[in-house]
Amino acid sequence: MNTVAAPVYGLILAGGASTRMQRDKAALLYGGKTQLDRSFDLASGHVDRVFVSVRASQAGEPTRSGKPLIVDLAGLGGPDGPIVGIRSAMAAYPEAAWLVIACDLPFLSDAALAQLLRERDRSVLATAFRSAHDGLPEPLCAIWEPAAAAALSEYHGGGGHCPRKFLRRYPASLIEPRDRRALDNINTPEEYTAARLDLESHVGANPMQLKIQYFALMREQAGRSDETLETSATTPADLFEELTARYGFTLSREQLKVAVNTEFSDWSRRLSPGDAVVFIPPVAGG
Amino acid sequence: MMRFRFTDSAIDVPAARRELLDRGAGGYVSFEGWVRDFNEGREVTRLEYEAFQALGLKEGERILTEAVQRFPIKRAACIHRVGSLDLTDMAVWVGVSSAHRGEAFDACRYIIDEVKHRVPIWKKEHYRSGDSGWVNCERCAAGETHGPGHDHDHVRELGLAASLDRPGIHQPPETLVLPGSE
Repeated sequence: MNTVAAPVYGLILAGGASTRMQRDKAALLYGGKTQLDRSFDLASGHVDRVFVSVRASQAGEPTRSGKPLIVDLAGLGGPDGPIVGIRSAMAAYPEAAWLVIACDLPFLSDAALAQLLRERDRSVLATAFRSAHDGLPEPLCAIWEPAAAAALSEYHGGGGHCPRKFLRRYPASLIEPRDRRALDNINTPEEYTAARLDLESHVGANPMQLKIQYFALMREQAGRSDETLETSATTPADLFEELTARYGFTLSREQLKVAVNTEFSDWSRRLSPGDAVVFIPPVAGG
Repeated sequence: MMRFRFTDSAIDVPAARRELLDRGAGGYVSFEGWVRDFNEGREVTRLEYEAFQALGLKEGERILTEAVQRFPIKRAACIHRVGSLDLTDMAVWVGVSSAHRGEAFDACRYIIDEVKHRVPIWKKEHYRSGDSGWVNCERCAAGETHGPGHDHDHVRELGLAASLDRPGIHQPPETLVLPGSE
């Protein structure tokens, strides 16, 4: 049973009706790139294979075509909704766990996905972020284990359509998102405009360069005193998550302070190109 | 000359003390932190200090400014070593001159406490057994909880008397020199 680790594949949910947005969320542009491409590329940095979940009628649609698709199966026997996409993926690759990502998360970050994968609990049916807004699970930025298939079938077959309710009813591990903004979804044209302006003004299409200096234990763990790196991280919290995924820092963010341009900073400060960032382990002068 | 500074060579106490001379000062209190041979039950053979100096200088200056504002003292200064230190070497020096001794003692204590808590300086202990560890970092990293922030200072938790038996640095009693009448 445990001899071969289940692979994790990505599943970008692009089959939604986008009713409130009044246009296809997957095709919304940020810095000239569609939301679908952004989500797909982001997930591709963390798992070996990524698929796009679509309804049968969308398979030839230009935003989606050209990507590996998993088309919703007919006859699963439950109501429409994202559960159909997840169950169809599980049917196609029953051995895989699925990093499921909704197509309306423009702020989703490498840091958030790295945290999700790192804190994944294989002993439950899913690992999901706990919403910073209402404390409920975020089922559409979550890892669904292969073992969830039977329970999903039971729930869906009984008329259940809501993956959030499913995660509240069945065993799931909820983790606290460090990058709280990553899960802000957009549903209306106004929210899209605000998100696009925000992303394009801060990040644009290109990642920015930051200068990082390391001290003491973190210098040893990073194997370097400083580096200049390209990152799409927009806050020190984001950056720390990204670098922890890379270097395996053993200190947690709660144990550190952070400085930007040689002054103590907030973890949620917006970083600018060229900023110099230093993470400060517990001090021990004297 | 900055009142707070780092040095990678031995601290020149007579020179530092001269900067505190003031016609209105009736005395001067200093604190010296020394490298001690044990910490938390382990034999220590030497220490390495590392500092984020660009920020450390700013934070150190802020602490000295606070001391001068909080206590009616004349002058205050602090020098911290970086690099490799042997047993009995002086790791930190704090000096305060003032008209009267009480506020000089208080300010000196305030400065060393704040420096230990706030200035980005790290200390790696090398042990007799051959291994080494970053103070306040390795056990935290192993999952020990210290609560939020950087309040790892055992001196503050236990009081100065207890701290004389605590790890890291010897804490010799402050000395009071009275060149004038008091």
